[in-house]
Amino acid sequence: MALLQISEPGMSPTPHQARLAVGIDLGTTNSLVATVRSGMPAVLPDAHGRPLLPSIVRYLPDGRAEVGYAAQARQADDPKNTIVSAKRFMGRGVKDVAHIENAPYDFVDAPGMLQIRTAAGVKSPVEVSAEILKVLRERAELSLQGNISGAVITVPAYFDDAQRQATKDAGRIAGLNVLRLLNEPTAAAIAYGLENAAEGVYAVYDLGGGTFDISILKLSRGLFEVVATSGDSMLGGDDFDQRVFCWAVEQAKLAPLGARDMRRLLVKAREAKEHLTLHGEAPITAKLSTGDVVDLSLDTETFCSITQTLVQKTLGPMRKALRDAGLGVDEVKGVVMVGGATRMPQIQRAVGEFFRRDPLNNLDPDKVVALGAAMQANVLAGNQPTDQDWLLLDVIPLSLGIETMGGLTEKIIPRNTTIPAGRAQEFTTFKDGQTGMSIHVVQGERELVSDCRSLARFELKGIPPMVAGAARIRVAFQVDADGLLSVSAKEASSGVEASVSVKPSYGLADADIERMLRDSFQHAREDMHARALAEHRVDGQRLIEATRSALAADEKLLTGDEREAIQTAIHSLEKLLPGTDHRAIRQAVEALNHATGEFAARRMDAGIKRALAGKKIGSL
Amino acid sequence: MHSHFELFGLAPAFSLESEQLERSYREIQSRVHPDRFAHAGDAERRASLQWTTRLNEAYRTLKDPVQRAKHLLELQGVDVAFETNTAMPPDFLMQQMALRESLEEAVGTKDASSLDTLRKNLKKARESLERQIGDVIDTRKDYAGAAGLVRKLQFLDKLDTEIDAAYETIE
Repeated sequence: MALLQISEPGMSPTPHQARLAVGIDLGTTNSLVATVRSGMPAVLPDAHGRPLLPSIVRYLPDGRAEVGYAAQARQADDPKNTIVSAKRFMGRGVKDVAHIENAPYDFVDAPGMLQIRTAAGVKSPVEVSAEILKVLRERAELSLQGNISGAVITVPAYFDDAQRQATKDAGRIAGLNVLRLLNEPTAAAIAYGLENAAEGVYAVYDLGGGTFDISILKLSRGLFEVVATSGDSMLGGDDFDQRVFCWAVEQAKLAPLGARDMRRLLVKAREAKEHLTLHGEAPITAKLSTGDVVDLSLDTETFCSITQTLVQKTLGPMRKALRDAGLGVDEVKGVVMVGGATRMPQIQRAVGEFFRRDPLNNLDPDKVVALGAAMQANVLAGNQPTDQDWLLLDVIPLSLGIETMGGLTEKIIPRNTTIPAGRAQEFTTFKDGQTGMSIHVVQGERELVSDCRSLARFELKGIPPMVAGAARIRVAFQVDADGLLSVSAKEASSGVEASVSVKPSYGLADADIERMLRDSFQHAREDMHARALAEHRVDGQRLIEATRSALAADEKLLTGDEREAIQTAIHSLEKLLPGTDHRAIRQAVEALNHATGEFAARRMDAGIKRALAGKKIGSL
Repeated sequence: MHSHFELFGLAPAFSLESEQLERSYREIQSRVHPDRFAHAGDAERRASLQWTTRLNEAYRTLKDPVQRAKHLLELQGVDVAFETNTAMPPDFLMQQMALRESLEEAVGTKDASSLDTLRKNLKKARESLERQIGDVIDTRKDYAGAAGLVRKLQFLDKLDTEIDAAYETIE
């Protein structure tokens, strides 16, 4: 049962009710959901009081899915249908995933992103992640007694566009309004910074189950500014388990293992790793289905030596991030440790030696990301009192560019550019009379296109025939606050245009998402229509509120007619809200959005003028 | 369209009060950033995205000496012509060649400390060139004359990027 909430005096977010917003840490190993209550962030536990949800999904032949501890308990019995660490597969093809031969699944290689054949049918990693998110959404709704108006989902800072897009889609399929994708180390920095009133340059070392990030941030009052980020989206605690697993196979001289034994031994390897955090030695014992018995003991020294190269692998990105930030080790005031894998003593030691100072461990490395995400969700939902407001400036982790002649990459937006970011560049035709141009969008730091990740290909057609080099094709990149890219191309003399939000590349088109949404509702008690209606009503109500408060503040920026048009649009939406036609409500929302376009632009201009005026008065 | 300087309420000049630039940037950012409009309507979110994009681009341009100088010269109708005008005084080219040779040597012998030295010297060279550009643009207002100096500065920037790459190679 959820307890009634009583807010602290002066903290109640009047005049209107606070919107319910949550932060979700969608981890490789475990996931969490947190929210801000009475000004304090807190992780929401399940009905048994457990804060973590193991990121494990087991598919059953009747189409249902078990998520979390229930699935974890069955992973050794039903390895093919029990998906662990699905995050490693997000936005990835079969050939991109390291050690895939050690994963006990029946993979289906699809263009862009792999899929897994299960008892409940072929599943994309996006659907697996959506199952986890759905459980967290339900947990939050039960605990907060209401519909969640929005969620912030965290992603590794080093996730590329395909991995980010996949995460956002998973949120959508889980029925969440994704307010923002937030980088995990940045979320940790928010939680740490606000808690400790930290100022200065901080590094966040985030070694999770499957990913490694290092971010360098400048913290000052009211501002969190990421200056550089680096990492390895294919390195994490799982790899340490893998090393222990391989060591055990070698020591016990085992023949190649079946899926069940493999899973059983991997679980033992993980337990041994965790045991070694506090002990000098860990037993690894398992009885395999072949009759073989594994009975080994792993000591700290051996563990350190078999994982030394993994620890070393995190040092390169640290150096690179500092170089990109133009900072030396001595300028870093503190190193915040995030992710369960940072509990390993050899990691603590290596980081301490690198930065020549003891790492900061005073926040729970498992929870800090979810707490930071909840704080950001609270700000985005508009619940934060303005005097305690703060702002977050993040960057893109990898350069974005397009392919030019000879398979070379032309970078258009370099890595560590503050987002949102936009840049355009002109290109021209190669042959006389060329009427089409194929545009290949890539992400990465290498010179050769083949060494970068391909994000999308699209064509600009209908260029009027001209001599080679005469056409002027302007390719514009726009990266939004989630770090997601959209690209458009336009030929200057003819105005021929083409654009793409960088999506189809990894294989999930809008139609796929629709299908997944339908599938996900088939097995839930919810009715899709009811959900759509509820969402559009919330949307509509929110927009009316926002428009009214905008009018109250800046009505003078409008002519009488313009005001009239906006009022009319508000009224028609208001009249439709109590009805049950979700499409009509959606249309009225769009109409109101359209009616306020010019008003919004003028308000923004006025805001900037006020900002500059305020500054001048201040500096007198 | 305003110049990047106007956006921040600054007078157009190569010598810049970086604190004032940063202050204005934060002040405007705190009013236009998408995080301020996450629960607003589409129209406001779109306007916020456009403004923040422009603001970030302007800030990035003004913070970077080469880009700042290029923008200033463009406001005066002078094209820096990074791509088309690659002619450089012979003594400068000789110096650059020597620097690149020592860079290659450092990579060959995996010598991080000589990379450190290279970087330190490069920093000094850049600072002195920046002072010169400030003088030519702000005081003498010799915009055409500044273009050559800006091209030199860009050359040094490229070398800096190559030093970064060299560190990565030897690690």
